[in-house]
Amino acid sequence: MRRIISVLLENEAGALSRVIGLFAQRSYNIETLTVAPTDDATLSRLTLTTSASDSQVEQITKQLNKLIEVVKLVDLTEGEHVERELMLVKVKATGAQRAEIKRTADIFRGQIVDVTSSAYTIQLAGTSEKLDAFLRALADAIVLEVVRSGVSGMSRGEKILSV
Amino acid sequence: MLSGGDILIRCLQEENVDHVFGYPGGTVLHIYDALFKQNRLKHVLVRHEQAATHMADGYARSTGRPGVVLVTSGPGATNAITGIATAYMDSIPMVVISGQVQSHLIGSDSFQETDMVGISRPIVKHSFLVKSAKDIPETIKKAFFIATSGRPGPVVVDIPKDITNPTDLVEYEYPEQLTMRSYSPATKGHTGQIKKAVSMLLEAERPVIYAGGGVILGEASSELIELVQMLGYPVTNTLMGLGGYPGTDPQNLGMLGMHGTYEANMAMHHCDVLLAVGARFDDRVTNTVAKFCPHAEIIHIDIDPASISKNVVVDVPIVGPVKTVLNDMVSILRDKSKKDEARPSEHIAEWLDQIQGWRNVDCLSVTPHENGQTIMPQQVVQAVYKVTGGSSFVTSDVGQHQMFAAQYYPFDEPRKWINSGGLGTMGFGLPAAMGVQTAFPDEVVTCITGEGSIQMNIQELSTCAQYGLPVKIININNGTLGMVKQWQDMQYEGRYSQSYMESLPDFVALVESYGHVGFKVQTLDELEPVLKEAYAIKNKLVFLDILVDPHEHVYPMHIAPNGSMRDMWLKKGVRT
Repeated sequence: MRRIISVLLENEAGALSRVIGLFAQRSYNIETLTVAPTDDATLSRLTLTTSASDSQVEQITKQLNKLIEVVKLVDLTEGEHVERELMLVKVKATGAQRAEIKRTADIFRGQIVDVTSSAYTIQLAGTSEKLDAFLRALADAIVLEVVRSGVSGMSRGEKILSV
Repeated sequence: MLSGGDILIRCLQEENVDHVFGYPGGTVLHIYDALFKQNRLKHVLVRHEQAATHMADGYARSTGRPGVVLVTSGPGATNAITGIATAYMDSIPMVVISGQVQSHLIGSDSFQETDMVGISRPIVKHSFLVKSAKDIPETIKKAFFIATSGRPGPVVVDIPKDITNPTDLVEYEYPEQLTMRSYSPATKGHTGQIKKAVSMLLEAERPVIYAGGGVILGEASSELIELVQMLGYPVTNTLMGLGGYPGTDPQNLGMLGMHGTYEANMAMHHCDVLLAVGARFDDRVTNTVAKFCPHAEIIHIDIDPASISKNVVVDVPIVGPVKTVLNDMVSILRDKSKKDEARPSEHIAEWLDQIQGWRNVDCLSVTPHENGQTIMPQQVVQAVYKVTGGSSFVTSDVGQHQMFAAQYYPFDEPRKWINSGGLGTMGFGLPAAMGVQTAFPDEVVTCITGEGSIQMNIQELSTCAQYGLPVKIININNGTLGMVKQWQDMQYEGRYSQSYMESLPDFVALVESYGHVGFKVQTLDELEPVLKEAYAIKNKLVFLDILVDPHEHVYPMHIAPNGSMRDMWLKKGVRT
């Protein structure tokens, strides 16, 4: 089952490698990973998605909590949550295709952030499923390059992850 | 104002370190110079860095205080890795200080550079790369705190050479307090869970207490004894837990697991309530996990939440130091017995009878060799037990001799039995014994080893000579890698692929060349008299090269794969 684990990590050299190393060492998989400092510069927020059973995710969170630099963590998929992923797609855009691609981007509330005579770069944010759907909708166009940020997320409502 | 090198030494003194085990080299020369200028801290110079880590490990296991290691960068650091991994697997508190190349050279593949923090990452509790001399005090304070608190473990502190430069002076102050927002080990178990556990234990009809190395690491032996004796229930120790409950006490079923006793494994399999104390349900204990304790409700006390329900799902988890949790259980029991709610152990009389029946199988009986003179390896351990009165520190290497030592030398006290349980490191025994002897110069320290293992760190005979460490080395010599051979006998139709040693040294001549005493023992008649003679030599290392029957196997032995704990070979060709 897909899980989103969000971690508050000391913003120190080597902290990230311990998290990644733990996953490799214990044969857990990482599907997406995103990490950046928070408003508190001493802390980074790391969000990763993995697929794991209930007992596996229990081990994963316990093992992560054992890392000295992990301050707090939450399995967002345990409750209501908001998740977003950012994607940039560069597509070949010539002739009649230019208008068609623009229309598809509009439907998905994507924005064209860079234009040349033969290519568009489209920015799209949403759940991973929405990004997948957009790529499927572009089926007729020639996709030149795709970059995705990986998932970020937060719990809904009053619940927060902070020190 | 002090240099980084002097600061480091001061910090170690602040942590009451009395011995450092190490080996100098380019990047730690400033530190070694600072060491030279003081007398409080003693340094033990080994012959290989692996031995330094095992010595520190033996020191830590026998004293309960953290072992300290000092090695240089590159090969010094990588040589230490096996010892760090050994300590990590058995949760031994250790602080390893490694030199690193100068800060500006890091990442340039410079001479003797290796990414120690990276290489050691999967086998440490934590590690630090020190960035400036003024960071040394806080880093060292944290390193010792992390290594010794919660579930203990090794911590690496990697220090670039420029940071210890004698000409760069900074203010020195050792911090009194530490604040670490991301690290706070449990200090107490959950009261509700503890009460529930006690009620379950009192209701049990076929209870067993399964006590591991956590009892020893957590200094909880007397609490365990009190609880077990109040309940009157049977107890079994893991390989790491031997000595946590007295080995000669009638309530002790002996060791459990792959080479555990018949009665311990049968009791585990048939129990209805299992109390696991500081044990981690290792695969060498459980045999096939799906068949583990099929009738039992399981209570598990452990300081490490990640140990709970890792291999075996438990019913009542209690996260906390075993010592305080056991104490809480004892006081609840006491209250209950005042109110007459505690049932005396008579209600388990039937269970105890059943266990007695298993005991009567006498699974550890030793059959002497038919010629009457060839020594059986078990007889060696029995004779060592007799001659030392069961009071020696015993370290072991890894293999058949390790299992024989665990089976035939009952330990009545914690911290007397020292072996590499988790990693199974051959070459551990001799340096570990040296670490114990360093901590306890006047005590009897025995290293039970084999001709395979001893050669993995035999260079340390030289260190023993330098520091006058009078370790007694019992080399159970069967001329083969016995445990490998046993498996080849049992699973590979006797194809002895690479399990013979065909060019053994003359061990007696070898140890004598270092100035030690050596004896060769070949017959049963000689065994006890020579052991007595060896142990009478108090101030010298004595090496006993004891030739034994090369065909003997270790029994009982779990039947794997797919066996449960009750499935065992009891003798060659005899199974449950």
